[in-house]
Amino acid sequence: MIAAVNAGIALLLLGLAIWTIAARDTFAAIVGFVAYGLLLALAWVALRGVDVALTEAAIGGGLTGVLLIRAAAKLRATEAASNAERPALPTRLAAAIMAGGVTAALALVVLRTAGPAPTLAPEVAANIGATGVANPITAVLLAFRAMDTLLEAIVLLFALIGVWSLAPDHLWGGRPGARYRADPDGILAYLARLLPPLGIIVGFYIFWIGADLPGGKFQGATILAAMWLLAMMAGLADAPPVSRRWLRAALVAGPAAFIAVGAAGVGIAGAFLGYPEGLAKALIIVIEVALLPSLVLTLGLIMAGAPERTAA
Amino acid sequence: MTTTPGGLLLVLAVLAPIVGMLIAFTLGGRNAQRIASVTIVIGLGIAIAIAAAWAQTGATVVYLLGGWSPPLGIALRADGLSVVMMLAVAVVILGIGVYARADFATPAGVPEARAPFVFWTLLLAIWGALNLVFVSGDLFTLYVALELLTFAAVPLVSLDGRAETLRAALRYVLYALLGSMFYLLGVVLVYGAYGTLDIGLLAARVHAEPATLAAAAFMTVGLLAKTALFPLHLWLPPAHAGAPPAASAVLSGLVIKGSWFLAVRLWFDVLPGVVTLASAQLLGVLGAAAILAGNVVALRQARLKLLVAYSTVAQIGYLFLMFPLAFDAGAAALERGGALAGGTLQAISHASAKAAMFMAAGLIYRAVGHDRIAELAGVGRALPLSVLTFALAGLALMGLPPSGAYAAKKLLLDAAEASGQWWWASVMDVGGLLTAAYVVLVLVHALRPATEPREARAHVSHRAQIAALALALCSLLLGFAALGPAPLDAMPKPSLDFGALASALLVLLGGAVLAAGLGLRLPPLPSRGVLTAPLAPVRRATVAVGATFVRVDAALRQWPVAGLALIVAAIGFGAALLA
Amino acid sequence: MTDAPTLYGLCAAALIGLGVYGFIVNPQPLRKLLAFNVVGSGVFVLFGAIAHRGGALGWGGDPVPQALLITGIVVAFAATALAVALLLRLADEADSVTLADAAPAKPDVTARDR
Repeated sequence: MIAAVNAGIALLLLGLAIWTIAARDTFAAIVGFVAYGLLLALAWVALRGVDVALTEAAIGGGLTGVLLIRAAAKLRATEAASNAERPALPTRLAAAIMAGGVTAALALVVLRTAGPAPTLAPEVAANIGATGVANPITAVLLAFRAMDTLLEAIVLLFALIGVWSLAPDHLWGGRPGARYRADPDGILAYLARLLPPLGIIVGFYIFWIGADLPGGKFQGATILAAMWLLAMMAGLADAPPVSRRWLRAALVAGPAAFIAVGAAGVGIAGAFLGYPEGLAKALIIVIEVALLPSLVLTLGLIMAGAPERTAA
Repeated sequence: MTTTPGGLLLVLAVLAPIVGMLIAFTLGGRNAQRIASVTIVIGLGIAIAIAAAWAQTGATVVYLLGGWSPPLGIALRADGLSVVMMLAVAVVILGIGVYARADFATPAGVPEARAPFVFWTLLLAIWGALNLVFVSGDLFTLYVALELLTFAAVPLVSLDGRAETLRAALRYVLYALLGSMFYLLGVVLVYGAYGTLDIGLLAARVHAEPATLAAAAFMTVGLLAKTALFPLHLWLPPAHAGAPPAASAVLSGLVIKGSWFLAVRLWFDVLPGVVTLASAQLLGVLGAAAILAGNVVALRQARLKLLVAYSTVAQIGYLFLMFPLAFDAGAAALERGGALAGGTLQAISHASAKAAMFMAAGLIYRAVGHDRIAELAGVGRALPLSVLTFALAGLALMGLPPSGAYAAKKLLLDAAEASGQWWWASVMDVGGLLTAAYVVLVLVHALRPATEPREARAHVSHRAQIAALALALCSLLLGFAALGPAPLDAMPKPSLDFGALASALLVLLGGAVLAAGLGLRLPPLPSRGVLTAPLAPVRRATVAVGATFVRVDAALRQWPVAGLALIVAAIGFGAALLA
Repeated sequence: MTDAPTLYGLCAAALIGLGVYGFIVNPQPLRKLLAFNVVGSGVFVLFGAIAHRGGALGWGGDPVPQALLITGIVVAFAATALAVALLLRLADEADSVTLADAAPAKPDVTARDR
């Protein structure tokens, strides 16, 4: 039964992926991709990765989907010209053969390595006690491999600078994205009033349980950022001008606090990003609480885009 | 494995630029530049301190993050290779930082301007990412470092917001993203096979099996795409030529060294026993093709910045010649030795010389208002310091003594002789001649007297000229580092005897001949007719050869072709690793 | 019937191939970005399958790759966002967003001259 469900998910995934790649119309392809992202979340549940499923649904399906759909709507006019450059049949054939080769090589590797894989699960189990958290993924993200998580928050900040860098010079310091003026009685405004209270509760819940159950700051922050975005698109909220000092400070506060806790570790635990006995869980929660608002702002502003209006 | 004395310095090397970036981001405006200047000084100090800590024992400096040891935790490690790269990057960043003060000053009357804010924050961002590449001992952390580097580098390409540079940045980001995804695919396969991503642990565990070979092929090709090794270079020329000069210096001098360094780590530290002679030769062949095609196409460019960008395409080739030369056929493994030292020296020598060259090209552009090579007459008089910088950087790129590239070439030639691979030696010689050709071509144009008195169109900062000259001198005098207590003790001593001078003259002369044959637009010769008439058919033939190279290059830089090349290269490396 | 990790591993191999094909063949930058995301999801699913095979001690999967996956998904999102922003700005500045090689030897029009 479970095998049949898995086979069904896998086949549907492949079908949607083919649609995403092959569909003539870009808009249709992206709708296919969003469906693909949601189905992928199911696949993650089947692979016993609930944390990943949450991330995939929130970021892979949700935020990426919105980003691409909005872009497709703005780029409609350019589609025809680009499509004229479709490579000739021999090139497409060569690409198909090469891509098939890649798939065949990977399939061979997958089949050759079936069976139990080498794992770090026992190592995590042996050391998770020292971190005080019960969710092993949180232990990996915020203790054993905390450096990766710190860098991940910084990656988002780099991307934000990159997005901002695309503003025209005279609008630098202004507000990101277009000002949305949705119909106050329309469906979007209705959703934007209905969903955020729910979304905020769910977002905070997922964030808060992350220490012990599947969930955490990235998933929670994504849901909260999505609520903000919804309010922005319904015209109920506006993005702040990027020149605001408080905004800049709030954006770096999370990574800065993370680095500060890490540096304190040098003094109190003998290592950067180390936690002393008994204090580990408290410090992990301090980092997560500090990261959350910065992540919500960063994700929301990355979605909002480059400054397009003056600050006024 | 434990943390060694001085280990904390590795954390600082990564975090100092990043913290500087965070502060510059928050304060913004003119403060961004001030913070960057302070951070550059601090960062240089940290690099020197790490070098000192390393030199004291000569052993790898290690730091266990959070006190967790691999495979569960992440270790930072700095060996001689990392130390040399960190020092070189710090020096080049210092030079670029001084140079960029004039170009990226916040204009009076506004609290903050876009380009300066983006440039100074991302300069620090790139530095932090590069240092992470140099010291990280974990393949996944290295993936994040690669992405940090790409995200920080791409906006620099399109800093001026012109459609042309935006397109170049888009090509860059899309191609680089597929490259990093290939790298990540390899990381996934490695974890599936060995259950760890720590370089030290992997070195002891890896063996040739399908998963490892597939991982090696995908990771290598992904990194080559990010380094823009021919024929995976479609994004480089427009991106490096279109960016503002200080940004070009960062991109061409430093950023591509990040993914190159990771390829070196992968082959020499993770897979030395897995790679085969065929795969090492394949890397060398791509390098040789890069040297030949990059240099010839450089000679056929009408614009100075594109010429310099194509010179980078060629110089990237040199960085991969060391792989076949380091392969020990007896042990069937890559050996750390003279070839690796030569390759590293080549990398740092290119970092400073190419940064200086882009800076000089930028100053010339600013002063004259264009960079059309054929119309540079009189620049030598108007801007002697910058033309001198271009010349000195050119000498360093050609590998004339006492440059770092000379010592590098010597090390590589010795390795070629020791391993009986004479063909790589001839590739290097031809490459040197071709480099001499385009440097001579540019200089002949720039040193011609102007037909009408040339007036500089814009003021050129004196400080910027000095910064560029200093970096060119660094590269040219790098050979003397062998005389000091430098970490490169394997380096040959520079010799300035008669033989060396004679061969230098020969290179320049050969370069001039090649330039006469292949150059795009030759300056009018005084003896027109008498000398050139009998040579005209020769010139026609060589120009046809040059034009063929340009056509092949243009075809390879078409997107579907470059995409196919990426996959063909992956499959090729897979097959070569099986051989 | 194959077990779930093998099934999803094979599915991942196919997804990666599909994405690579789309990346080479589709001329629109936005579709290339979409293809990149398909390749990325394939790589992630492959890692998920490996994590599942490494499940032990009552955990359904090895937590280390699962944690790395979360980082990977966030990084891929950041990459997509940066590329989309570039693409939209290019569409503002130029008539076409094609990636075809714009002849590099265009006459110089510089920001300074404007």
